[in-house]
Amino acid sequence: MAAIVTAEGLQKSFARRGSASPPVLDGLDLELEEGAVLALLGPNGAGKTTTVRILSTLLRPDAGRATVAGFDVVREARQVRQIISLTGQQVAVDDKQSGAENLTMMGRLAHLPRRVVRERVAELLTAFDLSHAAHRQVGTWSGGMRRRLDLAAGLLTRPRVMFLDEPTTGLDPRSRQALWDVVRGVVDEGTSVFLTTQYLEEADRLAQRVALVDGGRIVAEGTPAQLKRQVGEAGVELTFATASDADRVAPALGVATVDGTRVRVPTDGSVGHVRAVLSAVEAAGPVPEHWEVRAPSLDDVFLTLTGHVGQESPARTAEVAA
Amino acid sequence: MTYLLSDVSTMAARSLRLVSRDLDAMITAVVLPVVILLMFVLVFGGAVDIGTDYINYVTPGVILLAAGFGAANTALAVEHDMSSGMVDRLRSMPMTAWTVLSGHVVASLVKNLATTAIVFGVSMAIGFRPEASVLEWLAAVGMILLFVGWITWLAALVGVLVRSPDAAGGFTFFVMFLPYVSSAFVPVDTLPSWLRGFAEHQPVTPVIETVRSLLSGGVPTAADPVGVAVLAVGWCLGLGLVFAVAAGLAFRARR
Repeated sequence: MAAIVTAEGLQKSFARRGSASPPVLDGLDLELEEGAVLALLGPNGAGKTTTVRILSTLLRPDAGRATVAGFDVVREARQVRQIISLTGQQVAVDDKQSGAENLTMMGRLAHLPRRVVRERVAELLTAFDLSHAAHRQVGTWSGGMRRRLDLAAGLLTRPRVMFLDEPTTGLDPRSRQALWDVVRGVVDEGTSVFLTTQYLEEADRLAQRVALVDGGRIVAEGTPAQLKRQVGEAGVELTFATASDADRVAPALGVATVDGTRVRVPTDGSVGHVRAVLSAVEAAGPVPEHWEVRAPSLDDVFLTLTGHVGQESPARTAEVAA
Repeated sequence: MTYLLSDVSTMAARSLRLVSRDLDAMITAVVLPVVILLMFVLVFGGAVDIGTDYINYVTPGVILLAAGFGAANTALAVEHDMSSGMVDRLRSMPMTAWTVLSGHVVASLVKNLATTAIVFGVSMAIGFRPEASVLEWLAAVGMILLFVGWITWLAALVGVLVRSPDAAGGFTFFVMFLPYVSSAFVPVDTLPSWLRGFAEHQPVTPVIETVRSLLSGGVPTAADPVGVAVLAVGWCLGLGLVFAVAAGLAFRARR
């Protein structure tokens, strides 16, 4: 399959002359195949939003090149805008307009004929389960409904590429699930999706390929399965009352690692293996205070691949200010 | 280009819809100007002696003051668009993005036209007696809209530049200051000399004088009404052009 979105060596810095803050993008390369979902996974401040803004023509890179469907995002921005849609981190709908009014406005601004706008608006409101609230002002809607409307607004034109910047941040689990279903439906209709997220689970559920971004460059790229293998398996984690208890149990468990009072055993998560581990623990004597099966988290991914845990708040303000 | 008109009208319709559903904006557009009019005429009016009915003198001034308040609302609306995700989405679409600003300005013109009609209506009900032909009425309203135009473009520029609703709200002080220090409410020769210099040479004064001489209900008007009118139109077109271009550039430059 051919690539529909490409980026080569993207550089971007928001540093004022003389200040020493590091670049936001530092030679970022990536590729999204037509009809696929690519998740750009990383902590706040890693450069995800800046990447989306460059690819969706809102921002010029300092260096490097990016294309959408073969059009250069800087020199041929107009052509790019004809075939993409952007759903940013903030919901971009008017609270004081109804759902139908918001969509109709976006359809008109996308220069669709009136009749097409009417049809598409009705179609999308139904598809996104918003018909019942279509004529109420959006300010009275729930966060999940507003997000769905926001996505619908991006789909009026049946874009070839859809950019979603952290679409589920701040949503409750049920709304998140509903939104994932929507994205899958969009992909089934042939749209390629470029998604940024902080959640490994989200990347896992939606994307064929995941690119891990840190410090403005891609540090790992592959299918979710490949990436997780690189990070390591899920583990049975046992916490004991004392470090000596932990040390006594560990030898009975083969490949276990010990960290103070905590013992970790890699597992494939199957009932048989977990039962075998627990039996071995029981036979060894000391009773754990707590145990759980833990899948690799985004923190684990980062720890393994970059040697540090993703930074939270300071980087975030930098990204927003940028 | 072919879509320019349709984009602007779509955005203007949106702005008007938002304004009509925003209680604050509606109070600013409808209630506040009437309250100001009544206050000047009924409260201050008795104490101001300009040789004619004060209501004939002050009505155009109240309309320009109301235009300023209306523009302050535009600054808020533009700021809101800039800081919410709306502008990013519009920029990523194949429309000319600054039509967002034009939409706000067109909406402001329509809104102020309604405000103007309301203020004239109430003013006539309590004694305003303009003596003007249909043509003079049209010219007066045109003059008012030219004024609304430049001050709204300035408001749009402020809305693009500021980074918080509070800062956008600060624009209100500026638009209150301009009409107060002009011939809108008192003749400039009653001002202390250091203020008079400013009052005589700022854009509000010729606009006020022009509207007054067009509608003059026995109000003493400028010695050279045509010269003043040319000056007023020049001010409005000049400032409007400067601020429209500046707002457009600031909009493009802001990332």
